[in-house]
Amino acid sequence: MKDVDTFPNETAMGPYLADQLDIRGISRRGFLKFTLGITAAMGLPFGMSGQVLAALEQSQARPTVIWLHFQECTGCTESLLRATHPAVETLILDLISLDYSETLMAAAGHQAEQALHESLEKNKGQFILVVEGSVPMRDGGIYCKIGRKTPQQLLHEIAPHAAAAVAIGSCASWGGVQSAAPNPTEAVGLQEALTREGIVKADGTALPVINLPGCPASPYNLLSTVLYYLTLKKLPEVDAKGRPTFAYGRLIHDNCERRPHFDAARFAEQFGDEGHRQGWCLYKLGCKGPETYANCPAIEFGDVGANTWPVGIGHPCFGCAEQGVGFHKALHEQSDVESVTPSSLFPEIFTEHAGGVTVGAAAVAGAIGGGAVVYAVGAHKQLKQLEAETATSAASKTEEEVNQ
Amino acid sequence: MNIDRRDFFKVVFAGAATALTAPTAQARPPKELSPDAVGILYDATLCIGCKVCEVECKAANAMPMSHDTPLEQAHGVSGLWDSGNDLNSQNLNKIKIYANGTAEVKDRELDGYSFVKRNCMHCVDPNCVSACPVSALTKDPVTGAVTYNPEACIGCRYCQLACPFNIPKFEYDKAFPKIVKCEMCSERLAEGDIPACCDACPTGASLFGRVSDLLNEGHRRLTFQPSERQEYPVRRLDGGETRTAEVATYYPKIYGETETGGTQSLLMAAVPFEKLGLPALGDESRAQLSETIQHTLYHGMMAPTVLLGGLVYAAYRHTHEDREETSGDQDRPQDGEGRGHD
Repeated sequence: MKDVDTFPNETAMGPYLADQLDIRGISRRGFLKFTLGITAAMGLPFGMSGQVLAALEQSQARPTVIWLHFQECTGCTESLLRATHPAVETLILDLISLDYSETLMAAAGHQAEQALHESLEKNKGQFILVVEGSVPMRDGGIYCKIGRKTPQQLLHEIAPHAAAAVAIGSCASWGGVQSAAPNPTEAVGLQEALTREGIVKADGTALPVINLPGCPASPYNLLSTVLYYLTLKKLPEVDAKGRPTFAYGRLIHDNCERRPHFDAARFAEQFGDEGHRQGWCLYKLGCKGPETYANCPAIEFGDVGANTWPVGIGHPCFGCAEQGVGFHKALHEQSDVESVTPSSLFPEIFTEHAGGVTVGAAAVAGAIGGGAVVYAVGAHKQLKQLEAETATSAASKTEEEVNQ
Repeated sequence: MNIDRRDFFKVVFAGAATALTAPTAQARPPKELSPDAVGILYDATLCIGCKVCEVECKAANAMPMSHDTPLEQAHGVSGLWDSGNDLNSQNLNKIKIYANGTAEVKDRELDGYSFVKRNCMHCVDPNCVSACPVSALTKDPVTGAVTYNPEACIGCRYCQLACPFNIPKFEYDKAFPKIVKCEMCSERLAEGDIPACCDACPTGASLFGRVSDLLNEGHRRLTFQPSERQEYPVRRLDGGETRTAEVATYYPKIYGETETGGTQSLLMAAVPFEKLGLPALGDESRAQLSETIQHTLYHGMMAPTVLLGGLVYAAYRHTHEDREETSGDQDRPQDGEGRGHD
């Protein structure tokens, strides 16, 4: 048995990330590779990987995070803790100062509430609020209570003092599975709850909310968001639904490994049929990839690894990340295909026929046409001449006859 | 040649009298749909623009891949696997797009977009078949598919001019060119299979079936309320395979039900068909009109006979003076020949 006392105490190692990686058996080389990978995942140029690395290793600037759980299954936290990439959870938990998380903190009951209160007092206007789970709007939110407080009360208390908010998972982003019909608790996402409750920052400006939908959300995307903030000191660019464009900018359909089968009309018709075994497109089985924006084909769902994202193992995409798709449409139901800028991919009704005449063809046609004109002019002249000669000779002949 | 006005009118009246007094001057009856005629119902509101029908059409008809595609033009690249940007001698079937303004929403006329599938309409009374002087284009008496026989074709391309949908295409780039058009996969039909585009379509946007049944299906769809969910058959109407989809707001008409005497390719969409490049045609086939005129004129060869007779008479009258002059001019018999010998 290993002597516990001789094993270096992690917390005593100081703020140097490299030392902690040693403890976990991660080589420097492996760590640099990971940094390059996540730089690409954030949509940043490779040249910025140095800055990302610096942000990773500079542990002093740890932003305080208060992590609230509302109506949810804690799946997002669980998947975060079970990431397969080198210590994604370590990086996240080392990069942030997680002052309050009901799942991960050792304290419980009044102690936990006290930690929350103290952190709130200390980091007013500076901390990041992470929300996991939806907010029940019916009956004042009595269907979900933490420390006798409803989500609405907690948000009124905490959200105005946050610098920014991250809604992790589909529940916090747009309501998730609880918002599926008949939605008995009138579950909504964080942004919607803030709007309905009229919650703004203490200075009166709107609290920026970054949505990271997914069921569960990819921990990689959370890490990328945190790293983006630490590297560039600003929040990542988001789309109309508040999702970072580096992760949710494209349809799953656009980058899907089975896309060539879709384009070539090779569809699996049933689970287990020949096409399904051949790895053909799952569109007819109800794949929601054509209407779901997420980076699953690129980094795989939930960071489980080994090509084990749903489409990779032969299951149609469920559309968990997309509002109105996951938990709202039946699994077998065929999706609508979102066509991005359709007109560039399809000919218009009245097509202008491109190409036309090439220079060579025009030259040949010109030569032939010109030749014909020259010949015709020449022939015409000759004909005229001939006619004139004939007329002259006929006239002279007539004269001769007359003379005779 | 001098024709005096008097003679000219004589000829004209003779021809007109023949044409107008012919007792058989009645319209040719419109051609009837064969009871077993089959067709394709294309529903633009179900189309997702995957172009799978184009791919399978090419495979079924052994057409080569084409370059110069919209994708290549849009992005300035080459070598992409896509079909050409319009129907041509290598594309029998083409998905096109109507896009208006921001083109945000599918199946909306303003600031929306809609797909449309273009291929041979397989008219009930096809103009191309009527125009073809050698019966290279024929209409199958049972299925109604308009098919092409390259052995008979003389390459006159009358069919191209006759077709109101601009469907027959000519292989201008070949030394021995043929006419190319969708033949409703007649070889597949003969084997009991369905056209490749319908077989490939994952959403049932291209649906195969008997024309009469397809029309019933089309009218059933026109009764749907927008945004309700309905069952739509996939591949073939009687195949039993269905899918559920949200109903779009249909433009209240089935294109091809009456157009040019009816077509066996039927279309449904959410935007007006003129916007989708489908011309507003009357309910009567042009073939019916032109054949009525032609068959009336040539009935019993009366008009040609009278016309020819009139022309001969006019020529005779016109040359009367010449003949009289010649007969009275005996002293110069060798006048005409003399020049030639010099």
